Amino acid sequence: MKPAPFDYHAPRQLTEAAELLASLPNAKILAGGQSLVPMMNFRYVIADHLVDLGGVEELRGIAVGDGRLRIGAMTRQRDLEFSPEVARHCPLLAEALRHVGHRQTRNRGTIGGSLAHGDPAAELPAVCAAYDAVIHLASIRGIRALPFGEFSLGFMATALAPDEMIAAIELPIWRTGHGHGFHEFARRQGDFALAGAAALLDIGAGDMVRRAALALFGVAERPARVNAAEAALTGKAIDTAAIQTAAAAAWSIEPISDIHAGGDYRRHLAQVLSARALGDAARRAGVDV
Amino acid sequence: MGKQATRVTVNGKPHARVVEARLTLADFLRHELGLTGTHLGCEHGVCGACTVLLDGRSARSCLMFAVQANGCEVTTVEGLTPDGALSVLQQAFMDNHGLQCGFCTPGMLITLTELLHDNADPSEREVREALTGNLCRCTGYAGIVKAALDAAQRLRGGAGA
Repeated sequence: MKPAPFDYHAPRQLTEAAELLASLPNAKILAGGQSLVPMMNFRYVIADHLVDLGGVEELRGIAVGDGRLRIGAMTRQRDLEFSPEVARHCPLLAEALRHVGHRQTRNRGTIGGSLAHGDPAAELPAVCAAYDAVIHLASIRGIRALPFGEFSLGFMATALAPDEMIAAIELPIWRTGHGHGFHEFARRQGDFALAGAAALLDIGAGDMVRRAALALFGVAERPARVNAAEAALTGKAIDTAAIQTAAAAAWSIEPISDIHAGGDYRRHLAQVLSARALGDAARRAGVDV
Repeated sequence: MGKQATRVTVNGKPHARVVEARLTLADFLRHELGLTGTHLGCEHGVCGACTVLLDGRSARSCLMFAVQANGCEVTTVEGLTPDGALSVLQQAFMDNHGLQCGFCTPGMLITLTELLHDNADPSEREVREALTGNLCRCTGYAGIVKAALDAAQRLRGGAGA
């Protein structure tokens, strides 16, 4: 046995889970456990109570309505990877999922767990940044909804209060025919990325960009949108040169530097991967670039 | 602190135990049930040696607590093996030098069992991608990949390598 002792709670209802989180001291939420349990095995995390959300049915599921894809926080990454709704409405998410860990970890890992963990190199927070996802947080005080930009606060830091849990994630669905692109650079398949880029492009008549989103991950303390690149593309006809100019804006990010890669190398990767992601997005939207 | 009842069906056989909540599923299988075919390498979800099937899906048993498997069906490497014989995949490992020390083999077999169940005709790339979650430190992966492709062919009714 590797983790320190704890008491285990397996609520069946959201309200019961909220009550437990509000009343138990030093409690942690157990979602898929693919990040938390390693940290417990190393005793980086020592919790007195684990509240396992695996049995809370209302936290699972994928639904489409009101122009949004709504995903229960405890939906497993594997179920999202093979969901026809995700493939149809949010193909960027479907593509990103193939880069998340390994088959064995996606079978257990959840979207809510990934967002709550907040690793800056993780794929799913970056997808939420690109889509301007709305994160629904539940507690005994009820539900509050936060845009992803206000939910993600920094290196493995989120707006979750100690007694709050993620209930659902809503991704606004882009117009049918939009394009997406997702590229990351990792040393090995399944490793956390040294850098990555997620792009969405809605392109109208005359190859005119109606809307653009570009999010980077692995390069800064948290996933970040590249506003300058989006502004450079929007309202103009897209071509290879426009993509290169927009991708160059990725240089402006404040990169992290660690044993895996220096800041300048991450900046370089951010530009290259941005160009590839935008290129894929343009091609999928029907533009020959 | 933290004792809890759990009922888990392992390789078709139901088991009920009261265990510490912090007991991993891997330790439960090995120490409570004596099923030592499931190996523990890194115990933090990297090496894949402890991979089992949980309700038919591969999962790392070092990253789960036995109490989380309450009500679930677990298949270990022992459950893949017919009495007194080898499964098609196991035989293919033997024929293609898919193992040397054998430590990673149970996890490899479980991962590939799931892959071949979902995809009867995987490409070499798909096999290699499925195996990214399982580390082998002695043979390398050439024999393992060959064994997986050979097993897939045999299971489809082909002659095999």
